[in-house]
Amino acid sequence: MWEYTDEVKDHFLNPRNVGIIEDPDGMGEVGSMACGDALKLFFKLDENKKIKDAKFQTFGCASAIASSSALTEIIKGLTLEEAKKVTNEDIADFLGGLPKEKMHCSVLGRDALEKAIANYLGEEDKRIEGEIVCECFGVTDLEIERAVRENDLSTIEDVTNYIKAGGGCGNCHEKIQEIIDSILGREHPVKKKPAKLTNIQKIKMIEETFEREIKPALKKDGGDIKLIDVDGNIVFVRLQGMCASCSKSQVTLKHYVETKLRELVSSELVVEEVQ
Amino acid sequence: MKIIYVDNNATTQVAPEVLQEMLPYFTETYGNPSSIHSFGGNVSYKLKEARARVAALLRAAPEEIVFTGCGTESDNTAIKAAILSSPDKKHIITTRVEHPAIKNLYEYLSKKGYRVTFVPVDRKGNLDIDFLYKNLSEDTAVVSIMWANNETGVIFPIEEIVAVIKERGIIFHTDAVQAVGKIPVDVSKVNVDMLSISGHKIHAPKGVGALYIRKGTKFFPFLIGGHQEKGRRGGTENVASIIGLGRAGELAADNLEVESGRVKFLRDKLENGILKRVPNSMVNGDIENRLPNTTSISFEFVEGEAILLMMDEFGICASSGSACTSGSLEPSHVLRAMGVPFTAAHGSIRFSLSKYNTQEEINYIIEKLPPIIARLRELSPFWDK
Repeated sequence: MWEYTDEVKDHFLNPRNVGIIEDPDGMGEVGSMACGDALKLFFKLDENKKIKDAKFQTFGCASAIASSSALTEIIKGLTLEEAKKVTNEDIADFLGGLPKEKMHCSVLGRDALEKAIANYLGEEDKRIEGEIVCECFGVTDLEIERAVRENDLSTIEDVTNYIKAGGGCGNCHEKIQEIIDSILGREHPVKKKPAKLTNIQKIKMIEETFEREIKPALKKDGGDIKLIDVDGNIVFVRLQGMCASCSKSQVTLKHYVETKLRELVSSELVVEEVQ
Repeated sequence: MKIIYVDNNATTQVAPEVLQEMLPYFTETYGNPSSIHSFGGNVSYKLKEARARVAALLRAAPEEIVFTGCGTESDNTAIKAAILSSPDKKHIITTRVEHPAIKNLYEYLSKKGYRVTFVPVDRKGNLDIDFLYKNLSEDTAVVSIMWANNETGVIFPIEEIVAVIKERGIIFHTDAVQAVGKIPVDVSKVNVDMLSISGHKIHAPKGVGALYIRKGTKFFPFLIGGHQEKGRRGGTENVASIIGLGRAGELAADNLEVESGRVKFLRDKLENGILKRVPNSMVNGDIENRLPNTTSISFEFVEGEAILLMMDEFGICASSGSACTSGSLEPSHVLRAMGVPFTAAHGSIRFSLSKYNTQEEINYIIEKLPPIIARLRELSPFWDK
């Protein structure tokens, strides 16, 4: 059971401004039935270019319907310049707040408003820019960046609550984390590779990677590996245990050891086996 | 406002007879059944009676029943005992439509090194049995398949499946939480090794369940502690609730005819009434092969949470497979496994009846629901009359 405010319940049970405007000045459509919510927003301007009338149609849960209703109430009487400044937070505040898992309903409203204004101005849809990060809900990196910045989001869960990204299969969680980290100025652990390594740094990192990553993995299969020397970007190793007699050892070397070293130390490293 | 409760697969009302039998064990007879003094010791006779009653419901022997804290505990206990008893086997099987108690446990185990096979279902929610049989291997430790699905009510052919699984010497568990009390569940005929039941689905209170463990099945307790339940489940017994479960089990055994008779009649009436009055609505799941009390109906172009909250205004309590009700963003895994299109899955409502529902209540729902759907469709940009 969601804790909806009385305002949410009221706007859900008695939504204002439902319907379509036959000859609208602006129209914006966002969401889809597959995603679970969708909103179509219409507005009409008066002679002073203020929003005279706004109407909506919404497919979605109680908070999606209430957010749409609230949005139309908020924008009536505003100039387009004023309407452009309406945020998803304004919609949530108008309703006395939304459960955090439902914040995406307010974002849906804001997005529809933006689209409708762009439609009036004859502008290209800004939302299709950027690269899709969340394939389940079709959310781009730019949209995630914007949501994080505007709402001070700091976790993947926040991002999911606000714009749904990451709420499906979860394959994009790493990418979302990277976006959050880069905005918050956190260094992402995977990117911790210094641009140029000194020889000492390189050898130290190779040694560490051997101990922490490569040896434990090979040991699981009864094998072992010894680091013999590092000359420039060539890493000389000797295979021991099961690995030494295994015909697949070349594959192991090339595909596993090299990949690991390239990922964690330097992309230029080459692995050579010595007998 | 009068409450019309048609969400009995979520939980049920405690039967008055059950409550009455429980009450003295909170007040007058509060002893610990493990005590030596007769004040406590007498309680153990009542526990024994409860065990016999639950055993009778399943046609099991009393010593094959272990009381637990809930259906989820029964499921966890069973699966963990099964994998501990074959420590070398690293493959486990279940279905794609299990209750989270099994589904999430299997997902957890898959991260702990187990290879997991999730058996798919078809569009009607029936199990792909050939797929199941093809995936059995020497490495399979346990197969867990629910007896009946909580969302659609679809019943799986446990008797047929278990025969094949047992021939292969693999442990078989079934989550029968939704089936027990609604259809005959008879372990003297169906050779399952372990079977989970939950009290609050059969008019006993919340916080009590039971696990049937066939005699001779290797077992490891989940809760390790005192000698309660013969060392199979440590912790002082939830005495009053166990006594309640015993009485509820007895009532359930007597109630099976009512379920397949009057309850089924009301369910069908509700379903037909709604389908007739609401265009673009359809039943999810095999309508022939399902629990007599359950129907899952999808209403296209509208969203389930909105339907539930509008019904709530009329005191009607049901549930939905929609994403928005659960806090997740995707609709129910059961409906998705069946391939129900998202357009219908988001607008699915489950009605689950009990013997306490009346003809008037069903008429009331049939009267109130169609205008709700019509109203939400008027709001929907996708609805095109």
